[in-house]
Amino acid sequence: MNPFTLTRAESVDAAVRDFSGHDSSAYIGGGTNLLDLMKENVARPTHLVGLNKLPLTSIETTAEGGLRLGATATNADTAWHPDVQARYPLLSQAILAGASPQLRNMATNGGNLMQRTRCYYFYDLATPCNKREPGSGCSAIGGYNRIHAILGASEQCIATHPSDMCVALAALEAVVHVRGNGGERRIKFEDFHRLPGDAPEQDNTLKAGELIVALELPKKGFEKNFSYLKLRDRTSYAFALVSVAAALELDGTTIRDARLALGGVAHKPWRSPAAEDLLKGQPATEATFRKAAEASVEGAVGQGANDFKIELARRAIVRALKQAAAGGKATNVFNNSNP
Amino acid sequence: MSGTSTPKSAGQSLPPPPAAPVTLRINGQDHHLELAPWTSLLDALREYAGLTGTKKGCDHGQCGACTVLVDGKRINSCLTLAVLQEGADITTIEGLGQEGNLHPLQQAFIDHDAFQCGYCTPGQICSAQGLINEGKAHTEDEIRELMSGNICRCGAYVGILNAVKEVVDKKSIALRS
Repeated sequence: MNPFTLTRAESVDAAVRDFSGHDSSAYIGGGTNLLDLMKENVARPTHLVGLNKLPLTSIETTAEGGLRLGATATNADTAWHPDVQARYPLLSQAILAGASPQLRNMATNGGNLMQRTRCYYFYDLATPCNKREPGSGCSAIGGYNRIHAILGASEQCIATHPSDMCVALAALEAVVHVRGNGGERRIKFEDFHRLPGDAPEQDNTLKAGELIVALELPKKGFEKNFSYLKLRDRTSYAFALVSVAAALELDGTTIRDARLALGGVAHKPWRSPAAEDLLKGQPATEATFRKAAEASVEGAVGQGANDFKIELARRAIVRALKQAAAGGKATNVFNNSNP
Repeated sequence: MSGTSTPKSAGQSLPPPPAAPVTLRINGQDHHLELAPWTSLLDALREYAGLTGTKKGCDHGQCGACTVLVDGKRINSCLTLAVLQEGADITTIEGLGQEGNLHPLQQAFIDHDAFQCGYCTPGQICSAQGLINEGKAHTEDEIRELMSGNICRCGAYVGILNAVKEVVDKKSIALRS
């Protein structure tokens, strides 16, 4: 770890000011990803702005009937919050499918979005990586790539965003509130994270020094018919190989509205509007779900060791949609991996 | 106290360490330490406060050996900076129980043969106390899921599960610090 200075900001304004007052600053919330990267010398900020004194921990209903999640509320406090559990159980279940209890007690909501899209080559300073060192090459293409992207990748980078929480936030169409020197602005969730393209070193669309202050959930929470299905190499404390956030609004057996987002398959949470369109207005049957699954993975490309993810994603989507239609997942937050 | 934690950067010479006074409240006692900003809470506990019950395993938040309680919540002490925990109430294994006055979880770990080498045990016990404070795990499956942040390479999981289950079932543990 390189030497750095650190200040603990008492207000959002002070944090934003302090950030821009130093070269090579970074905000530190829970620190669970940033400190890990710093220990490996992958991240080398020379100044840290500590956020854990900021008054951004509240979770409250908005005037529009949605829910505003403070940026420095922990993932655990968010997942177990009564309003989140009752109105956005998809989000609660996704958060609890990720990391470990200790990490969820540390990690903040803003930090969950800010964790790096990454793979093991990103962490390995002995290998080329365009995300860590632009222009150096991608070691995963033609290398060990079992965990890598099948959708939206580029010749520069095939890493995946490992968050579970963000997959649910994508499906729920959350809005990210950020503050910078230029004031506050809102970013639609689908516009927050980037695909790698030819600038894989950029994971998101934040401007330098902008700070996430809140995540806003719209009123519609799909609390009756949803599923977060996470498939991984062990049943707890592992990144997803493929995960699916499925949310349905049913009118009898007809699908009135649908959301579908995938994790573990791309540089960002992956949504397919075409797949959602194939669900809307259709009967909630396996035949319908299969068409949506096919549309979701359209254009998917395997890298060799991760070819299996394409078929795994198809099957996971069908299963998650069945679970969502059955509506039986709301009562057990632990049951996120099977049947 | 003197010195700083040693950064791992290879071949890089460091400027003089800007250690500064930091007061950490650990097991109900204030510890006045001189720490560089990059000192992890884990290193502060072990190397500066002299509390070596908390163990360094992976140092990357993957094994849980460094688990301590901060304001009653379990965290990985290797992945937070000591300076960020000034003002918090930190509880380590030394604060949970002592020789002759074992914490119920410590007694249960002995009774259920819940360790072999013992290296992960302080983290397991602090994590289990955090689990009890949270009050979400009741069944064996729920305890397994909510203890998944603590790895035991000796494979004493059956004993660990039984020990934690016994204390969870008693439902009467208050955090002692």
